[in-house]
Amino acid sequence: MRIAKISIIFLGLSMLMISCGSNNGNGATGGALQGNIAAKTYVAPGEKDEFYAFISGGFSGQLAVHGLPSGRLFKVIPVFSVDGEKAYGFNEETKPMLNTSFGFIPWGDSHHPDLSQTNGIIDGRWCFINENNTPRVARIDLTTFETVEIIELPNSAGNHSSPYVTDNTEYVVAGTRFGVPVPQRDMPIDDYKGNFKGALSFIKVDPEDGGMNIEFQVLMPGFDYDKAHPGRGKSHGWMFFTTYNAEEANTLLEVNASQLDKDFIAAVNWKKAEEYIKQGKFSTMETNYAHNVYDEGTHSATSTMVKEVRVIDPAECPGVVYFMPMPKSPHGCDVDPTGEYIVGSGKLSANVTVHSFTKMMDAIKNEKFDGERYGIPVLNFEDVLAGVVQQPGLGPLHTEFDGKGFAYTSFFISSEVVKWKLGTWEVVDRKPTFYSVGHVMIPGGNSQQPFGKYLLAMNKITKDRFLPTGPEVCQSAQLYDISGDKMQLLLDFPTIGEPHYAAGCPADLIAPNSKKIYKLEDNKHPYVTKSEKATKVVREGNEVHIYMTMIRSHFAPDNIEGVKVGDKVYFHVTNLEQDYDVPHGIAMIGAKTSELLIMPGQTETFTWEPRGPGVWPFYCTDFCSALHQEMQGYVRVSAKDSDIKLSWSLDDE
Amino acid sequence: MKNIITIGLLFSIAIVLLVTACSGSSDDKKQVAGKEENKTIDPMQDKGIGPVESISLPGLIDQTMAVLGDTLFINKCTACHKIYKRKIGPPLVGVTKRRAPEWIMNMILNPDEMVMKNDAARKLLMEYIAPMANQSLEEHEARALLEYFRSIDADQTSLKEE
Repeated sequence: MRIAKISIIFLGLSMLMISCGSNNGNGATGGALQGNIAAKTYVAPGEKDEFYAFISGGFSGQLAVHGLPSGRLFKVIPVFSVDGEKAYGFNEETKPMLNTSFGFIPWGDSHHPDLSQTNGIIDGRWCFINENNTPRVARIDLTTFETVEIIELPNSAGNHSSPYVTDNTEYVVAGTRFGVPVPQRDMPIDDYKGNFKGALSFIKVDPEDGGMNIEFQVLMPGFDYDKAHPGRGKSHGWMFFTTYNAEEANTLLEVNASQLDKDFIAAVNWKKAEEYIKQGKFSTMETNYAHNVYDEGTHSATSTMVKEVRVIDPAECPGVVYFMPMPKSPHGCDVDPTGEYIVGSGKLSANVTVHSFTKMMDAIKNEKFDGERYGIPVLNFEDVLAGVVQQPGLGPLHTEFDGKGFAYTSFFISSEVVKWKLGTWEVVDRKPTFYSVGHVMIPGGNSQQPFGKYLLAMNKITKDRFLPTGPEVCQSAQLYDISGDKMQLLLDFPTIGEPHYAAGCPADLIAPNSKKIYKLEDNKHPYVTKSEKATKVVREGNEVHIYMTMIRSHFAPDNIEGVKVGDKVYFHVTNLEQDYDVPHGIAMIGAKTSELLIMPGQTETFTWEPRGPGVWPFYCTDFCSALHQEMQGYVRVSAKDSDIKLSWSLDDE
Repeated sequence: MKNIITIGLLFSIAIVLLVTACSGSSDDKKQVAGKEENKTIDPMQDKGIGPVESISLPGLIDQTMAVLGDTLFINKCTACHKIYKRKIGPPLVGVTKRRAPEWIMNMILNPDEMVMKNDAARKLLMEYIAPMANQSLEEHEARALLEYFRSIDADQTSLKEE
């Protein structure tokens, strides 16, 4: 009978657990009862996350907004790839955002999100992210969570070492991972050595509106500039780039770019470069690149082709660039919050090597050089070395900092995160990742002020971690609690595309500024319709412009006649709602484009070229109210030679 | 028998625990109780729920305000309302004779809460199905709309008197 009593107590208790629903599911095995791991990531219904995490979509070309610690996905911001859901790259307003010197490019490979900073502290105004394939940098406005600017990089290829925001968002940078002829020209690939170049672009950011502008490029030898990190605090004014392929190989790099014992970290003094620019010691190169800007007032983007760029030759501008030797094809390049330590992770090295900014400055002052490459002084490895983390794991990639004197480095080959102490270089903890971790991210962990509570590891391979979905499975992020001496794995969650890198910060830096609606009064779209009274349909030759409005739950006008086969019909649709979270959509049968998804107070445009006579319906795609299914309308299309007059109405008026 | 009592006792404790642990919805209960009262209220005394608690109206129509209200009506309201005819929402002629001025302004400024908590507003939602849209107007704009509605209703009265 005693057994019965015990089981009933247990039953009662388990009912309690289940009915409250708070402790089930997503922790490590048995965690809910053993270490209360699940509670650490549980954000109750209606509650909000403590941090934002902006996680790169990698080869999706986009940027995903998640909450931490829950891992919940809030929004996928389209940046470098078209998005049929949001009409990005499909509607007339955003097509210019994806214009490049190669024309309209519908896809990109996004890599490193980074948040704007003031005095080395995240300020929550903008998120920058780079594109690798067609070299570009984008800026996302964190009041609207929309991509508002994309700038293309000339003389570049494989923009990987980017964007990496300086202490006061003076600059974001862009490097060249694939050496190329500059300017591009027809030449034998075998003549790579000495002839190909790698441009490092310094993009100036307007402190008021965030507008980007390529201030200058440093035209470097054709090594592969892989990662970058700005100096912080005492090293502010410098930018550090890792390079591999100092061998300048142009084939089978897997072997031929791994010959030298050491490659380099290129230390670029951008304040010195600014002085040379001021003195006019630069050349102006003819070029052609796109600069695309989205205007919130007109709800439209414009693309401008820029024709020249200022270039600095480091051999002719002493003091701008120095090479610090770094073992074996370094990948990650990370500067600690004090600005003293420059951590280089030699992918093929067994150690993590740390250089000292103070020692670097001493060596430069005393001109202790160990020769030069292409006119750029090379410093002695031993002269700049701060310390070495001995054999912490296999395949070190990236390091972030917790602001408490510790660094956390990811190891791709041995699939782990290793915590080590700055200054003593001793390993204090290690935890496995599942599997093949690339970047790690601590909110603020690459700035002067990390918020060292969580670490996010971003994995390339998940294999058996989730329910299978055929040969292609998701990549993932894993959340660790780093508030104690030992790291603790809390959560796995799937991500979009490849979670290449992420940026994070406390939610209260961003959430209070998030816009709720666009004010209709402020809408300056050339085809805006601000009331139903102002709706109209205008014919200009074979173009028909429909000035349409939408509100719960009807379009005005919703009956249109007089359109003819051969016409190009522009639907300029304004959402008249002025309430939070009331978007409307519109889709037209036979339109060779996406739906529009229009926020309150916004105007968007799609085009439709009807192929045959008939009466063709359109409808609202976003479930907007109880009468959403009734939100529909018709366009009558007549033969080319028909004399039906253009007319439009709503409820016969 | 003793065992059965023990089991029953433990079970009750478990249930009590369960309920206590998962409660936290006492606010909802109060609201339900409030709704049950459901007294008939004079609509001209029902001020509704929202930022406008009490306003006093001038005897004569403020024409400047009414003109502003007319413009606002065209830009913000005509997608769903007409003055003399039902559209998506009810016709607005006579609204100042049917509803308290505070109610009208609160319905404009705070429609989401009004249709949830105010009986008259909830009945309108049941009748018209489409929810009253919050057009994010300022209080002085809602006041101007009220003046515009008053000007229409004043004209109606004078028409009848003629």
